Amino acid sequence: MSESVLERAARSTPPDVAHKITGLSDRAIAWIFVAPTIVLLLAINIFPLIWTIYLSFTNYRVNRPNRDVDFIGLRNYERILTDNDIWITMQATANFLVWTIILQVLIGFSLAYLINKKFKGNDLWTTIIVLPMMLSPAVVGNFWTFLYQPQIGLFNYIIGFFTGADPSSFTMIGEVSLAPWAIVIVDTWMWTPFVMLICLAGLRSIPDSIYEAAECDRASKWRQFWTITIPMVLPFLMLAVLFRGIENFKMFDLVVQLTGGGPGSTTELTSINLKREAFEKWRTGYASAYAVILFVTVFGLASIYVKALNKVKER
Amino acid sequence: MQSKFLNSAAILGLTVGSCLFGSAAAKAEDLTLCWAAWDPANALVELSKDFEAKSGHNMSFEFVPWPNFADRMLNELNSGGKLCDLMIGDSQWIGGAAENGHYVKLNDFFEKEGISMDDFIPATVTGYSEWPKNTPNYWALPAYADVVGWTYRKDWFERPELQKEFMEKYGYKLDAPETLEQLKQIGEFFQGREIDGKTVYGAAIYTERGSEGITMGVTNALYNYGFKYEDPNKPYELEGFVNSPEAVAGLEYYKSLYDCCTPPGSSDWYMSEDIDAYKSGQVAMQMNFAFIWPGVEADPNVGGGKSGYFSNPKGPGGHFAQLGGQGISVVSYSSKQDAALEYIKWFAQPEIQQKWWDAGGAPAFRAVVEAPDFAKSQPFAQTFLDSMAIVKDFWAEPAYADLLLAMQSRVHNYVIAEQGTAKEALDSLVKDWDEVFEDEGKK
Repeated sequence: MSESVLERAARSTPPDVAHKITGLSDRAIAWIFVAPTIVLLLAINIFPLIWTIYLSFTNYRVNRPNRDVDFIGLRNYERILTDNDIWITMQATANFLVWTIILQVLIGFSLAYLINKKFKGNDLWTTIIVLPMMLSPAVVGNFWTFLYQPQIGLFNYIIGFFTGADPSSFTMIGEVSLAPWAIVIVDTWMWTPFVMLICLAGLRSIPDSIYEAAECDRASKWRQFWTITIPMVLPFLMLAVLFRGIENFKMFDLVVQLTGGGPGSTTELTSINLKREAFEKWRTGYASAYAVILFVTVFGLASIYVKALNKVKER
Repeated sequence: MQSKFLNSAAILGLTVGSCLFGSAAAKAEDLTLCWAAWDPANALVELSKDFEAKSGHNMSFEFVPWPNFADRMLNELNSGGKLCDLMIGDSQWIGGAAENGHYVKLNDFFEKEGISMDDFIPATVTGYSEWPKNTPNYWALPAYADVVGWTYRKDWFERPELQKEFMEKYGYKLDAPETLEQLKQIGEFFQGREIDGKTVYGAAIYTERGSEGITMGVTNALYNYGFKYEDPNKPYELEGFVNSPEAVAGLEYYKSLYDCCTPPGSSDWYMSEDIDAYKSGQVAMQMNFAFIWPGVEADPNVGGGKSGYFSNPKGPGGHFAQLGGQGISVVSYSSKQDAALEYIKWFAQPEIQQKWWDAGGAPAFRAVVEAPDFAKSQPFAQTFLDSMAIVKDFWAEPAYADLLLAMQSRVHNYVIAEQGTAKEALDSLVKDWDEVFEDEGKK
């Protein structure tokens, strides 16, 4: 068995070199290097998390420093889990997640598949396609609110041109049935290129020799696609889904700019709802409980998903 | 010897001079006044130059756009920030600012300086200064009197062909409406009409969901149909008042006004969107706070006599309009409270209040607004007076944000998103508000 570079380096380093230089043991030196990171991690991640969990059992309000803080047990959790409006918000978030991921994966993969073919100007097309994801979400949101304007917006005009409908007869961000689709369309427009790039990396990682062997075995293009391309790209696709899922679960700026969560509560996603509870209504304890519930949900779902992803990679 | 004497004299002179200069410099402060970024704030900057000249203090200004104003400034107050020495905060903040110790109580100062609250319009004193309401505990000096009113395209209303058509259709003269029902009919009359080759709409009204917009709009219908915040005889008793049959009718009216008479896409509009729609000739009428009126008059498209003004029309249950405006307070975290109080003393002077009106501000000072020539001083002055006489304000409780956002959500869900009925929306609002008051220990 050949020796790795790391193993060779470890063997050639005297075991107590640090001790000879500083008078400290290797373990102590290691702690000195790692300690600042651990302290920082505790200070900015672990402590706030524990503090949030503590606050979630109280009626604390950050804007009411003079009021007594009472321990109210699970009341905040009970209120949240029995609040119909919060379930509607969760449902809106789930719908947004599902539809954006479906559309972005389908379109992103299709674009990657096309771009991966060798044709003149595909680099230029790649650059053009990835432009939207380079823009700020706030700018994109603002830009699309104009496109969606019933009287002056290009989007309504194009829909009207193709369907014969009066452009001012519908308002994408003002109607309950259309507003969720308005944000799905914008998010898809903006982030499909990201999925495309990941898929493109996956497609380009497949060695040509596999396809050449499949050609020798007289496998049809369709069969090559299903038995080679899809399984080889699947881990990349799943990674893209994970990234987009996490990003869209915390989606805030784009939706605030586009619809502000409306009309009514149609597009009020959990992140917007949580912000309103925490920093507009200033119900700190309640919002902490809300944040804990979201954290557990995302952590649980992400853990299951990562396990599935690892299994796919192992195949 | 002589040079020694001269040196000593010079040193003495320098010492005395530096002491005198030093004491003068210690008096001069850099004061920061925080407010919203809007036209009146610019007028105040100009006005404040007089204070700088007279007091020797320097004024800085921190203005935040309206959509972020509450977030930014309440964060500042809640964190005990020292950015603002003077705050022109929204009227709803008074309760929270008083109870949480953000503002300096001004009673002793007013008494010492001879500043009387009787000199200000009573509704603005209650709205901007008092906490608890209707008690002589003052946390602000009324600074900017504002109220929701209406602007209309007088030049369109006066067209003979439209006058004729309207008279034939409705049986009365096309003019500024006196009732909410007339307002809706006029809105319907203009909705989708072609004027000068352009499709126009009835009215721009408040529909904004994120901050306070739709609440500031819908209350102008609710109050006038009979909505009350609570039982007048039993504070915090909401059932049967907030969701009374009259209040339900008021909410249904506002929705019908939105459905019949507003431009497409106006589902999230507040002050600036309404102004834009009006100035660009999209709508015949505009609901907005009175602060925009000087800007309307000055606008080349709609000013110079093309616009008229009317107060919120009466409804079957009364005649009210939503109060806007703010008071000026001294921030308790400021280390320059004495200089800040000097500013308030200067601002409370009758001649400064008059200059404030002349500069485009809206004083709540009675000697200015009740002067014989005030009503004719601007085309909108009479409407301003009429409107200020019928004001009613939203809760100013410390938990006003909870109350406001609950109303925003319930009303927007019904009016714009068409979810449920008006009765269900107001029943849910009662439930939300009851919960807030229970949390506050007030029920």
